[in-house]
Amino acid sequence: MRARFAISLASAVLLLGAFAVIVRAAPGADAVDPAADAKAFRDYFVKRFPNVKLEDFVNGPYSMNEDMRRQWQEKEEFPPYEFALEAGKEMFSKPFKNGKTYADCFENGGIGIRQNYPYFDAKEGEVITLELALNRCREANGEAPLSYVKDDMASLTAYMAFTSRGKPFDIKIPNDPRALAAYENGKRYFYTRRGQLNFSCASCHVQSPGERLRAETLAPALGILNAMPIYRSEWAGMGTISRRFVTCNSQTRAVPEEPQSEDYRDLEYFLSYVSNGLPVAGPGARP
Amino acid sequence: MIAPSCQKSAIAASLVLLLLAGPTTIARAQSGAAEGQRLAFDRGKGNCLTCHEIKGGDLAGTIGPALKDIKSKYPDRNELVAILNDETKRNPQTMMPPFGRNRILTEQEINAIVDFLETL
Ligand code: HEC
Ligand code: HEC
Repeated sequence: MRARFAISLASAVLLLGAFAVIVRAAPGADAVDPAADAKAFRDYFVKRFPNVKLEDFVNGPYSMNEDMRRQWQEKEEFPPYEFALEAGKEMFSKPFKNGKTYADCFENGGIGIRQNYPYFDAKEGEVITLELALNRCREANGEAPLSYVKDDMASLTAYMAFTSRGKPFDIKIPNDPRALAAYENGKRYFYTRRGQLNFSCASCHVQSPGERLRAETLAPALGILNAMPIYRSEWAGMGTISRRFVTCNSQTRAVPEEPQSEDYRDLEYFLSYVSNGLPVAGPGARP
Repeated sequence: MIAPSCQKSAIAASLVLLLLAGPTTIARAQSGAAEGQRLAFDRGKGNCLTCHEIKGGDLAGTIGPALKDIKSKYPDRNELVAILNDETKRNPQTMMPPFGRNRILTEQEINAIVDFLETL
């Protein structure tokens, strides 16, 4: 473990260094270079895990450990998210009180579009995630919004992800200073240490993927949202992206934000952008 | 409010306690190590097993090195206290939480854990 640890530390430093160099190379407002970030991000994981196929990173902890993968593959024959998928499909097609459906709110009737979320909305000037778009759709049609961390939202996003499986993430950052600022804010959130335990998201998911925290194998940050939402045995249920962000913050004794806060949406924008090209794999199942 | 007479007897009681404490300090290093182990394994305190394999503990993580032969590696206990206080001083990138600086553990708790580490 020692040698591996030393290597990972060295590469983490390199990665941070790479970002610093990028920023220093082009000072000023247009110093943000998401394309270069994404390349450095991907290269770091590919170099560190040369035996993991690029599209396999979306399988989180299973991509890191052969034994776990075998157990998971056996489980996939009766996927534990099947129930949520059925429920999501039904909810998705059931008309609102006004007769409209979710399909009316989305491009292509909401089918096969997961890979385009989140996107930057130039009119609103903010990042729109799939979870937020679903609730805005409900509200525009006179329905009460759903909880971002509970089963109904997980079922809907599970169904929408399922119809998009295999499509590569295709997150766009328009040439708009507000979009770049949102991306930068998400990146900053990801790398900032917080809370009593002094962890950043990167401490666990960049510095230590594949290592065990107690009994849990840490997922790599590359492709970390591609399999969302996930069924977790530990939760005995489904979890949305919002639920996972809140859980990771509170489990590390940091104060979680409100689901779909601006920081969380920007964070999702950053993490999704740097995973561009990796396939949608949701819904996922985890131990 | 404490009545004056009660105050007197309270002082007397603490004097007795103080006298009793004398001989027990001899055994402090030992009981300190036992207390240190409890604190190190407690999920709400040190929770060191999250990251370190330690003799006597289950379900250890792999983020940090196994904690063993500590005394030969760190003959000076102040180094161990420093690592527990704030390992980011030695290694700014470390995953290890700054237990002392962030008041996750008190100075006394850190000392007990160091007593325990020295038995490994
Ligand atoms: C101290 C460790 C730690 C920190 C800090 C941490 N996480 Fe996690 N995270 C975990 C553990 C443990 C899991 C469950 C095992 C796994 O899937 O990685 C997890 C899982 C996840 C998952 C699901 C991955 C999957 O494939 O199942 C996402 C997404 C995630 N974390 C994002 C974040 C974000 C964003 C932050 C920062 C706000 C963060 N984490 C901070 C430990 C951490
Ligand atoms: C979240 C992870 C984490 C936790 C929790 C943690 N450590 Fe560590 N610890 C590390 C890492 C990583 C190192 C390697 C050195 C570094 O990163 O600077 C380390 C190094 C050490 C060292 C030096 C070991 C050596 O061989 O040089 C000691 C001693 C130590 N830790 C004790 C503890 C004790 C005692 C606790 C609990 C009170 C604890 N650690 C909790 C991650 C952790």
